[in-house]
Amino acid sequence: MSEQQAATGTGPKVKKFMFVNRKAPYGTIYALESLEVVLIAATFDQDVSLVFIDDGVYELVKGQQTKGIGVKNFSPSYRALDGYDVEKLYVDRLSLEQRGLSEKDLLVAVELLDAQQMGQLMAQQDVVLSF
Amino acid sequence: MLHIVNKSPFQTSTLETCLRIAQPGNALLLIEDGVYAATVGSAAEAALRQACSALKVYVLQPDLEARGMTAKLLDGVTPVDYGGFVDLTVQYHSSHSWL
Repeated sequence: MSEQQAATGTGPKVKKFMFVNRKAPYGTIYALESLEVVLIAATFDQDVSLVFIDDGVYELVKGQQTKGIGVKNFSPSYRALDGYDVEKLYVDRLSLEQRGLSEKDLLVAVELLDAQQMGQLMAQQDVVLSF
Repeated sequence: MLHIVNKSPFQTSTLETCLRIAQPGNALLLIEDGVYAATVGSAAEAALRQACSALKVYVLQPDLEARGMTAKLLDGVTPVDYGGFVDLTVQYHSSHSWL
């Protein structure tokens, strides 16, 4: 197995991790949990990509104000990701369009992908985690 | 890669999104309530039949049996047992359990 061969080299193999975010931010805990795990993966110097599909695109909407619901607004964290060398953020174009949103509604720079590009990127990963 | 879907197509859009994004040559394994998508006469039948032309589609037999749907399994969908499930995860480089 190539992975075992790599493990005998000079250092641990850097794996490609994709985090697939498909839930809106405050209705469930998934979005926040995803962010926590992303930061852990980044701490271990892995090759991290985040993708936002379906309701996951709502995680990136600008102007979130959570004081009224008594929950921490974690949306600024997405802007801090580049400080952890997490710079690969991808959004499913159709999911964005279906929700009446565009790139200018998002709080961070992303790359828009069509379904084929998204599928190819997903198939290139070593680990795909769903939230 | 192997895509694993465990939700009924009538409850969430997970299967629909998975089928949109999965690439030719990928595999799809339907488990738990996901097995309802692979049954004759469901509203998801046409989408599943189309998926079978590009993807290898599997269904977890014990979940199908538990739900009384064995006789309604679509042609072209391959039943696997738990050992077969494990084999699939080994056969493909990566798995994505869609939530």
